[in-house]
Order: sequence, then structure tokens, then C-alpha cells
Amino acid sequence: MRSGVIAKKIGMTRLFLEDGKQIPVTVLQLDNLQVVAQRTDETNGYNAVQLGCGAAKAKRTSQAMRGHFSKAGVEPKRKVVEFRVAPENLIEVGEEIIADHYFEGQFVDVSGITIGKGFAGGMKRHNFGGLRATHGVSISHRSHGSTGQCQNPGKVFKGKKMAGHMGSVRVTTQNLQVVKTDSDRGVIMIKGAVPGPKGSWVTVKDAVKKPFPENAILPAALMSAKKEAQRAAEEAAVAAAAEAEAEAKRLAEEQAAAEAAALAEAEASTEAEKKEGEE
Amino acid sequence: MDLIAQLEAEQIATLGKTIPDFKAGDTIRVGFKVTEGTRTRVQNYEGVCISRKNGKGIAGSFTVRKISFGEGVERVFPLHSTNIDYIEVVRRGRVRRAKMYYLRSRRGKSARIAEVSNYKAPKAEA
Repeated sequence: MRSGVIAKKIGMTRLFLEDGKQIPVTVLQLDNLQVVAQRTDETNGYNAVQLGCGAAKAKRTSQAMRGHFSKAGVEPKRKVVEFRVAPENLIEVGEEIIADHYFEGQFVDVSGITIGKGFAGGMKRHNFGGLRATHGVSISHRSHGSTGQCQNPGKVFKGKKMAGHMGSVRVTTQNLQVVKTDSDRGVIMIKGAVPGPKGSWVTVKDAVKKPFPENAILPAALMSAKKEAQRAAEEAAVAAAAEAEAEAKRLAEEQAAAEAAALAEAEASTEAEKKEGEE
Repeated sequence: MDLIAQLEAEQIATLGKTIPDFKAGDTIRVGFKVTEGTRTRVQNYEGVCISRKNGKGIAGSFTVRKISFGEGVERVFPLHSTNIDYIEVVRRGRVRRAKMYYLRSRRGKSARIAEVSNYKAPKAEA
């Protein structure tokens, strides 16, 4: 089990594919996602990483949280979430997780707080059918109808679906597919809709109902690893360039030597001819 | 520019479509790629554009109406669809509204649209 990520829901758009298909995608953004704390078996009785996302003003952060963040050596965060992980997948405090954490085509579960609908009737809240438009129905066209039996049992059963508060609950949508990631901008594009309004925080985890993908990065895709890879690539490029230059130099030298040799040979042959002519 | 607008602008740029200036009332010809088995060909669809929706953005679409074998046919195309080979303006119509839905209830002579005689191409966006 590896860590999930906290992301901000930016909004929805569509992608046109080469074969003429268009797919609806939700754009999620990782905003400065860093590990704030670790929970380990020895100290806490379970293994988890605490991630923080976004930027909060220091003066609006409570003294206690300011201490917590300063201990981790990170800027104050807007949103803090814990993710349970296997002990070998614990991440160092202060590490930044990037969007390459998920690869294209991977299935994920996304959780968020749904848009609040307020006090909603049975038709909207539970897809009730309502009452008829005519045939003597008056005023109660959108009512829920009967809520139970008669004197026996003489009560409304617990859990009866009725009107009430709808939305603003934590919902997980399972098995959504990652369409595209962009680690430079921290963007993850997910096929289909994700719970919550634009600008809300959602958490993304590997799908629990799919086998764990083999090419997932363990313990997480980190900014430090990316920088390291970039540095290595740059070094390699520099080394390659130097090698190419050396090779070019060697070739030029060889050519010059060959030319000199050819010149010498030509001179020798002309001299020989001259000698022959003299004789 | 917010991130969504940025992503959409980038996608429009990478798709690299040339979309002519047209509006509702214009007669246009659309080359639509049709896949039959393994080979694809381009099918022409010509008719009056009766509505444009969602502007020039990635979600933009337009409706083309034509009379096919005496039956009115309407097709909605996404403006940036990769299935569209080309869009051509055949004739520019002089109309006074943005949606030409009234054409649905008309046939023949009354469903004609006058042609624009003084069409001016809009200035290219800076």
C-alpha cells in the first residue's frame, strides 16, 4: 500500500483523441504537496504519512499548527490529510510528491465532499417518482407518498427514505481512469467526474478494486527523485557533448593527418616522375 | 488565464485546425471522416448552419441542417473534432438572429436565406 495524494479540483474539460473520440476529463492539480509528518508503528501504532497541500498564510495558521509545520520544515499548508501506507513505503518528511505518482491508464479512487444541495425532497434526494399530475392529486405532486403501514406496526421504520439534507457528504468514486499527467504543472487528468465543487480538495488513491499496478512508483514519485534524474540527464548530456566534441576533434585530426600523408605521397610521386623524366 | 483555459488553448493549438469564419445562416460544407471497416474516407455534408454553440472554445459545436430526400436532417458537429477534415463556407447568408431554428417549420421558398453582398472578413486576432 502506497500513499495517495491530495489534489485541488480545478474543473472539467474535454480531450479530443486521434481516432475522433472525445473524452470528458476532470483536471486535478497538486499544489506543493509535501510530507508533513510520519506515523509509525512504534510511536503511533500504525503506519501512515501525513501530507499537506496548498499554501496558508502563517498569521492565519494556529500556533500549534505553525509549530507542527516548522518541525517538519515546510511552509504552512492549507489542507492536511493522512494516508495509511505499508511500513516500507513511508516517505521522508519534507519530500514533495509530484503528478508522475500516477501513470496514464491507471485506475484510481477519488474522494471528495459533494456539492451541498440543502434540504431536498424525495424526488431529488432518492429519485422517488412523485404523485400523478391529475386524477385528483392536489398540491402534493412532488410528495413522497406513504411512509409505512397501519396500526401494525404503527410506526415509521428507521432508515425510511424521506426528504432531508442532501449533499455535503464525503463520497468516493471508484475505478476512475487517469488519462494524462503533467508533472511540470502538477496536473492529473481523470476521465469522468469527481465529487465536489471546483476549487475543493479531493484525495486520490490507487484503486482498491483493481490489482496493484506493477509499474507504479514506490514509495512515491518525488520531486527530489525527479531533480536527481534531471541532473543525471544533464550530466549525461554534457558528457555526451564532450565525447562528441572529442570524437569530432579526433576525426578532424585524422583527416588532417590523412590529407598531409596524401600530400606527401603526391609530392613524392611527382618527384619520382621528375626523376624519371630526367633520366 | 486560468489553468483550464490554458489547457484548452494548448489543445486547440496542438490540434492545429483551420476553422473558417462562419455563423448561423451560412451554407457550409463539412468533410467528415468516415471509417468503413479498415479504410477511412471523407464524406461531404453540406447544409445551412442553424446554430453555433459555446463559441470558439474546445467545447464549441455547430448544427448543420439540410433537406435530404425530402426529409429535414440535422447534424451536430464538435468544432474541434478530429473527425472533421475540413469546413468550407459555400455561401454567406444575411440573417438577423443567432439561431435559425425557425427554418425547421419552413419548407421550400420560405426557407430561403438571402446572401450577404458586402461580407467583410473579421480582423485576425492579435
